[in-house]
Parts: sequence; structure tokens; C-alpha cells
Amino acid sequence: MNHELPRAAAAPVPVLRLGDVLLITLQGDLHDGTAEQLQRDIAESIVRSRVTGVVIDISGVEIIDSYLGRVLAEIAAGSRLLAARTVVAGMRPAVAITLVELGLTLPGLRTALSTEAALELLAEPADRPHREPR
Amino acid sequence: MSGTAAGVDARLPIRSDLDLVWVRQHVRQAAAAVGFGLVEQTKLVTAASELARNTLVYGGGGEVTTERVSDGRAAHGLRLTFTDRGPGIPDLEKALSDGYTSGDGLGLGLGGARRLVHEFAIDSTPGSGTTVTVTSWATRPPRPREELR
Amino acid sequence: MPEHHTTARNTENPVPTQEVGAFLGRRREQLAQRWADEPLFRAVFTVSRDEAVEAGRAVADALAQVAGSGRVEDTDSPGFTPVREQLTRMAASRGRAGLTAAQISREVDALRRPAVDLLVADLPQASSEHVRECATTLTALMGTLRLVVMETSLTEGQALIDRQQVQLLEVATPVIRLWDGIVGVPLIGTLDSARSQVVMETLLESVVDQQARFAILDITGVPTVDSLVAQHLMKTVAAVRLMGAECVVSGIRPAIAQTIVHLGLDLPVVTRSSLADALAYALHRLGADIVSVTPGGAGTR
Repeated sequence: MNHELPRAAAAPVPVLRLGDVLLITLQGDLHDGTAEQLQRDIAESIVRSRVTGVVIDISGVEIIDSYLGRVLAEIAAGSRLLAARTVVAGMRPAVAITLVELGLTLPGLRTALSTEAALELLAEPADRPHREPR
Repeated sequence: MSGTAAGVDARLPIRSDLDLVWVRQHVRQAAAAVGFGLVEQTKLVTAASELARNTLVYGGGGEVTTERVSDGRAAHGLRLTFTDRGPGIPDLEKALSDGYTSGDGLGLGLGGARRLVHEFAIDSTPGSGTTVTVTSWATRPPRPREELR
Repeated sequence: MPEHHTTARNTENPVPTQEVGAFLGRRREQLAQRWADEPLFRAVFTVSRDEAVEAGRAVADALAQVAGSGRVEDTDSPGFTPVREQLTRMAASRGRAGLTAAQISREVDALRRPAVDLLVADLPQASSEHVRECATTLTALMGTLRLVVMETSLTEGQALIDRQQVQLLEVATPVIRLWDGIVGVPLIGTLDSARSQVVMETLLESVVDQQARFAILDITGVPTVDSLVAQHLMKTVAAVRLMGAECVVSGIRPAIAQTIVHLGLDLPVVTRSSLADALAYALHRLGADIVSVTPGGAGTR
């Protein structure tokens, strides 16, 4: 068995800035170290560029275990302390089913169907009053 | 998808967090080869990731073996055996309950992995190590899992 | 005494299984002709008599093979392999015609009499003891055939049940697009762990396909909601939320609401008493309100 790690798994994840939102696209299988590095990079970027939102596109992620789940929850909690809102977008059905079965429902995490939906969500006023019908 | 062992049966070391990536990739390919659907593949790979991390973090490293199993009739499955020579788990009952952790993490490792597979067995001797064996079956309709609270 | 008999048989007559095997090969054509007139073959092969005779030949060949191998009481004898599928089809055909397992078994048994008669007529010179032994062997062989038919038709029945179970699971979970961005699934019947797995998978797939912001789970047709069912529902609600959509559970009766409360689940789930109310809620959240256009009846629902 070949023990050279593919480049993609070890390379840092790029953090893009789009107006006042940071856009991060996760792909494939994330190595633990890469995930931790990303957590630090996002916090630094928020402070440096004063963005108000973070969108993490996970439509290319095939598995989320409790470690990566915890990293995502911590990114959201950390961003909140820096006055930025985090939305995790595009989770695959198989990943969602597995997370729930694992017991990880991530209640503090905001989610959206796609990156576009996430950007729309962030464009809304921070604490939009929830209108109940009738 | 090149670079990993082509067969289903394999023995992989778990010595560093880089190895976790290999374990996940191999289990994914093996599960697909045995005929698992996408959801069942994802569940087994996630369980493997949790258990391999346990082996690494609490067992001080070890190995995993993967093997194709058959129930003698139509069903085919995949069995994963995680072995370490670490300190062992003194209270298994407690270790399997949610929220229990002896290191950093959400404490979902063992209990969570158990909910993702069809069969789960753990054997631990304090002072000499832990062996966790899990088996899942490629079935349609889905085979009912052990109902856990 | 037994030694005397063995010696006598070896010198005067062949072993009964060999004798029966040779008989079945020799009388293959006559057997096939006689069996073709029995109810089992007549009722199954309705197109032509030749078809029935051909099927009878195949059965005679298989029996000759089994007798020749000496394993006349073994239902797993390899000799049966070539006719297993044919026998299954024959039994299934009689089953569809409304016959019970016992009646089918009796029809298979009816093939024994003509065969034994033919065998006895074939051995006029043999000692009565040898004839009796051969007849017993043939009877045992025909009994094994009967078991093989029953066994294959039971296996076939189980396979049919398995196939239908899969179909039922899929048919019973139709995910419907209710509006742009709203999907719904009316759940009918008991929600066990295998079923809820299928519901969850199909619902989440359609949330992605339709880019649906709302998924309505209507449980009006679910007779009882115990803690396990509530747990399955909550898992679905949680998975839909993780994907970025919102779940609405409709058709909740007061007793069911109590179960969910007792479980102490803190998942925020919007509930409505009827599917119509759930749809109105989802539409409202998407920015569309339902108003009545009848004169004097304007207002939101």
C-alpha cells in the first residue's frame, strides 16, 4: 500500500472574501490538521477583514465524523464571538443521515441548501423577527 | 481513486492522523466493492473514522483489519476489527454511553459508532488493550439496526 | 441371515437403486406419456400435450440420475438441479390456480402410482422380494421429489415476500412536490426503523432535487406514535435541518404531542394539526399568503 498522502488532503483550504462574507469550500476527505488550520485561518480572516458572515460550502464533503462536526461547531461559535454569522451550506443527504444517527445534530449551527441560499440568509437583517402566520 | 489497496481484505496501521484518511478511503472503497449503498457506505466510513480515532487517541495507535463476510445466503457484509495495545477501558458500560470521554472530543466515539453499524462488539482488558469489531451488511430493504436509546 | 440376502442379491439381482435407475432410463418415454395425463402436468402445460410430455421426460431423467447416484432420500441430490426451476414454476402455477400446499403435494404424489405400476410390470421374472425392494425404493424416490417441489416453492415464496417488501417500502413513501420549494410525504402505517430509514433517504433526496426549503411530514395516517416512532421522526427533522431546510410535522394529535413532550426532545420542530395548515405555514414563510377572493371573505388563512 502506497503511503504518500495525496496533495489535496494536506494542502490548506483557501479562504475567499466576497464583499463582507468569507467563502470557504471544503472538498473530499479533510485531514485533522487541515481542519484545525482552517479554524485558525477563519478567525484571523474575520478579524483582519471585518466581515460579518462566513459561508462554508460542504457540498463536496463525503463524510463528517464527530471531530469535523466539532470543528464546524467551533468555527460557528468562534465567529459569533467576533460578530460574524456562520452558515454551513450544501450538506449531502447521506452525511446528514449519518450525523443524526451518530447523535450529532449540531443545534447551534445555521444551515442552508446551497451557497446562494446561505448568502441570501446572511443578507437578511441579523435578528429578523420571526413572523408567524395568522 | 488510485494509491490504496484494491482488495476488500486488508490490514492498515493507525499510527498518526494521516492514517485516519487512509482508513476512511479504504473502508469507502471496500464498502462500495461489497455492494453498500451510498448511505450505508457513509455510515460505515464514519463509524470507522470514530473508531480509528479512538484507537489512535486512547489506545496509543494500533491497526485495523477489514474483511468481507457472508451470512451463507445472499447477504454480504464488511467486518472491521480495530486493535490497540493501550491502557484498555475500565468501565465499558460507561464508555459506550453518550457524553463520556476521557480525552478531547464530544464523547460520541464508541456509542456513536455503535449506532452506525449493524453489529458491534468490544473486548477490553485494562492494561493490555482494546479490540472493537463492527460488521455491517449490504441489504435492501435496510436491515433494522439495534434500537438504542 | 443378512449375509445370505446380500450375496443372493449381488449374484441374482442388481442393487434396487440401480435397478430403479435403469428402469427410469428405459421407460422414460412411457413415464413421460403417463405423467402428461396426470392433473399436475395437464393443468400446468395447457398449450400442448407435447410440452407436458417434454416436461415429464425432464423429470424422469432427473429421477434416473438421482437413483443412479444412490441418494434417493436426499433432497439435495445434484440430480434434481436441472429440474428445480421447472418444478418451482409448476408448483407456482398450481398455487396461482388456488391450490393449497397440501393439494399440490397430493398432485405430485399422484405421479407415483403409474410409475410403480410400470416398474412392477417390468420385472416379471424377479423374485417378489426384489420387486418389493425396488418398489419401496421408487416410492422413497417419489417422496423425495415431493419434498423437493415443496421446498423449492417455499423458497420461491420467501423470495417473493422479500421482493414485495422492498416494493411496499418504496410505494408507501411517495414524496410529493406540494409547491415551489415545498415537498411533503404522507406517512401511512407503522413507522419502524427500516421504514423510517427509507422515508428519511427519499425525503432528503427530494429536498436536494427540488431545492426545497420546507419538508412536510404528515403523520395523520400513522396509527400509533410510541417513543421509538417519535425518535425516528425527530431524526428526520434533525437531518432535514442539517441540510438547510425546515421540517414541519402535520397531523399531530394531542396524544402524540404528549409523547414527544415526554421524550424531552429539545429539537425545535414546527407542528400543525393538518396538512393544509402546514402548507399555509410554509407558503407564508416563503412570502406567499393564501387569501380568499370571494366577496367579503378576504383575509389570510
